[in-house]
Amino acid sequence: MIRFFDVGLDYRHIAPPLRAQHPADATALASVSFEIEPGGFRWLTGASGAGKTSLLKLMYLALPPTTGRVELLGEDPSRLNRRRKALLRRRIGVVYQDFRLLRHLSAYDNVALPLRLAQRSERQLHADVTELLRWVGLAGRLEHRPDELSGGEQQRIAIARAVVAKPSILLADEPTGNLDDEQADRLLHLITALNRLGTTIVVATHNHGLIARYSAPVMELRAGRLVRHG
Amino acid sequence: MVKRGVSGRVDRIGLRGAMSDRLLPFVVAAMSFLAALALTGNFAAGQLAVHWLGGARKLLIIEVPDPGAPVVETQPGTQKISRIAAAKRLLETSGKVIDARILSDAELAHMVKPWLGSDEGATFPIALPGVIVAHSVSPTSTIAALTKQLSAVAPKTLVESGQRWSGRLVALTNSLRACAFAVLILVALVAASVVVVTVRAGLAQRREAIEIIHGLGAQDADIARQFAARAMHLTALGGLYGALASLPALIWLGSLAAGFSESSGFPHADGALSRLWASLDILPAVFLAGPLIFTVAAALIGWAATQVTVHGWLRRLS
Ligand SMILES: Nc1ncnc2c1ncn2[C@@H]1O[C@H](COP(=O)(O)OP(=O)(O)O)[C@@H](O)[C@H]1O
Ligand SMILES: [Mg+2]
Repeated sequence: MIRFFDVGLDYRHIAPPLRAQHPADATALASVSFEIEPGGFRWLTGASGAGKTSLLKLMYLALPPTTGRVELLGEDPSRLNRRRKALLRRRIGVVYQDFRLLRHLSAYDNVALPLRLAQRSERQLHADVTELLRWVGLAGRLEHRPDELSGGEQQRIAIARAVVAKPSILLADEPTGNLDDEQADRLLHLITALNRLGTTIVVATHNHGLIARYSAPVMELRAGRLVRHG
Repeated sequence: MVKRGVSGRVDRIGLRGAMSDRLLPFVVAAMSFLAALALTGNFAAGQLAVHWLGGARKLLIIEVPDPGAPVVETQPGTQKISRIAAAKRLLETSGKVIDARILSDAELAHMVKPWLGSDEGATFPIALPGVIVAHSVSPTSTIAALTKQLSAVAPKTLVESGQRWSGRLVALTNSLRACAFAVLILVALVAASVVVVTVRAGLAQRREAIEIIHGLGAQDADIARQFAARAMHLTALGGLYGALASLPALIWLGSLAAGFSESSGFPHADGALSRLWASLDILPAVFLAGPLIFTVAAALIGWAATQVTVHGWLRRLS
């Protein structure tokens, strides 16, 4: 479950390195309130710079809100110590816009990372990792490193890594940006399958074609304000 | 797949090779070398002080001017003896000193050689006093009382005590030890600073990877442990190498110091081997435990400095 209560975000009140050198003068998010039920699916849309990524960052605990309150999976992150916050992060899978794969690790090791952080043994995690890589169509690429793979393949590794630990929430930031239509279809298929298994999902995209292909409530941001919800 | 072996744990969260391993062990080795010298200096100063002060504090030097002249007759009928012999007898019967011994002319000549030249057989231009060396029974034996008694049989006799300059020797030793201690602290601080700088460089180099695994839910402690394990490994190596490298220097210094040490058992050792044994006698504890102590100390410094640095750095991430 995700709840935002009158949330605002102003990068000028955030210290580097979490903000860029020269933050824009405007607030990135203002008075954002919404609720996503457990197992819900939301499209998050809006023009470039509208605040989609910023909103997701608040959901995956990369930033604290400057005003208002956030509730994730029944927890208020601002009340958690760093250790508990890390544990909460493990229940939230993220597909970053720029993938954020570890460049010196193989596809296998990248996908295995969340399970290793959760202290799963190599024997236990092997089946999950290989199965998931097969699911995203990378069974033959286990030993390849990210820079030996195409953008689409890297994206699929990022997706596999985001879901391998069976997170309660899956957040995806422009996940089809590097995919052709067929790959985008595959991805959508994958995400909706996870949603049916009970994962709460938010997909940020400005690709209206994609939104048209799967019917779900749409949250639309305009200059940091939520102008549509549902 | 994940590589196994010693660095397997590091590989698990993908921070392998996160720290340059060239500068750190080298600097720590240099610091460990200096620390070994300082510690040995401290130890040796203490040893020498014990050796010297044991003798010096009780040493008495009695100067009898005009030693050959007969004593002033005090009781008629007593045999006429020289002033110095009388002084010696008085000392022996006083119960306050032991080992009273008159220095021979040769010993006297040897003592004054630096001031008066060394011409063999030359007569000295001034009359030398006779000198008796003795050891007082208690370190606080009253010099004043002895002087008074001696003046009665041989006027103008002086009593010098080692106590006076042993005080200075103690002060000197203490300041040497304070310096050695300061050097140790300084060296530890330098080592810790180098660890901090290296770890910060490693964090900057691996910044993206750290941010990623932090985002995946890695605990600060997990990340810090990866760096601390690596830093500990490198500093321990440096500590060990530095301590090992200091051993030849310590043996050499020890052999120099052994020359001053009466209790080394080889006061006039001239063979290289016996000098080595003599130095071992001065340095046994440091010599044997040094590499172990410095390995452990360097490892601890590396571990602690890294933990603090990494935890501090991670606070910048949400
Ligand atoms: N790290 C940052 N530091 C400072 N300002 C930022 C940062 N990230 C985004 N912004 C600003 O916040 C606003 C929203 O950006 P973003 O959330 O990336 O929008 P979107 O993902 O919809 O394109 C923009 O004005 C952008 O310049
Ligand atoms: Mg964005």
